[in-house]
Amino acid sequence: MGFLDYFKRSKSASVAKDRLQIIVARERTATRDNAIDYLPQLQQELLQVIAKYELIDLGQVSVNVDKSGGCEVLELNVVLAPAKAKAKAADADAPKPLATAAS
Amino acid sequence: MSKIVVVTSGKGGVGKTTTSANIATGIALLGKKTIAIDFDVGLRNLDLIMGVERRVIYDLVNVIKGEAKLQQAIIRDKHLENLYMLPASQTRDKDALDPEGVGRVLDELKGLGFEYIICDSPAGIEKGAQMAMYFADEAIVVTNPEVSSVRDSDRVLGLLAAKTVRAEKGAEPIKTHLLLTRYSPAQVARGEMLSVGDVLEILGIPFLGVIPESKAVLQASNKGQPVILDEMTEVAQAYQDVVYRFIGEERPHRFIEQEKRGFLKRIFG
Repeated sequence: MGFLDYFKRSKSASVAKDRLQIIVARERTATRDNAIDYLPQLQQELLQVIAKYELIDLGQVSVNVDKSGGCEVLELNVVLAPAKAKAKAADADAPKPLATAAS
Repeated sequence: MSKIVVVTSGKGGVGKTTTSANIATGIALLGKKTIAIDFDVGLRNLDLIMGVERRVIYDLVNVIKGEAKLQQAIIRDKHLENLYMLPASQTRDKDALDPEGVGRVLDELKGLGFEYIICDSPAGIEKGAQMAMYFADEAIVVTNPEVSSVRDSDRVLGLLAAKTVRAEKGAEPIKTHLLLTRYSPAQVARGEMLSVGDVLEILGIPFLGVIPESKAVLQASNKGQPVILDEMTEVAQAYQDVVYRFIGEERPHRFIEQEKRGFLKRIFG
């Protein structure tokens, strides 16, 4: 057994730990909190509300549940359309990125 | 006051039945009336580990189906007066268990004055495992320092928090305890095995203790005598510590660090 082999082997526990932390975190959001059940619908409804007031690009929206320490954080990222697009929208009623824009 | 305790893990072969037998025996040794129930319908084994397999006449399913009275199915240990067990059926399938039936049996056991009711869960997360945990007040999650076991334990913790009477009623959650079995301090020291700290960090539940990997466990099961009775062994002492901690007494943790061997001992063994 060479020196490098020894080094590699001695780290297998920490590899195990890293792999576990990732898979466990993922499975928790998938199973434990039923979060996955309602996230898509939550995303849909939030978008409808926001779209009433703002132009948004559906591709630029993400909803996530994160666990940090003892609490969970619902993270909602919405990129508002640039000012130019807004001006254009005001002119030409409902351009492409609008989706469910205010009518 | 009776306490219903489920010994569970998700993964098979990590030491649930060994732990159930030893914790039940250990609590009975302290003078508390204790019963261990085998929930592994179809694959009963707790009777073998506790050395009462030849005295099994009726089982849990017989009682649930009304084919036998509870007192007829309960087996009293020959050596320890406070220790009893209720075997699983060897012939039926897992659907033989239902919440009403299991609930009735547990209530009756409470009525008989059992202080601790230890439910030995089958492996997996299917119905049998869910029935074993459904009425629990506390859970001992048996885990090996190994990736698949830790992952499965985490799944089981999710079930304990969601699919139990306490969860459904919004009562105080089941008290969970982590028991790390087949632990090898030497391998941990070499970085080849997840440490207590690693597993605790991932699962994040209170720590009950470690049970060191030991040949004595196999010898005990060969004989049908829980290893906790073999007082000179490290495993027996580890289980004793665990029993004391479980009933609420403090005991310093042992068998976590590799034993430091002196120079002479290292040479002469």
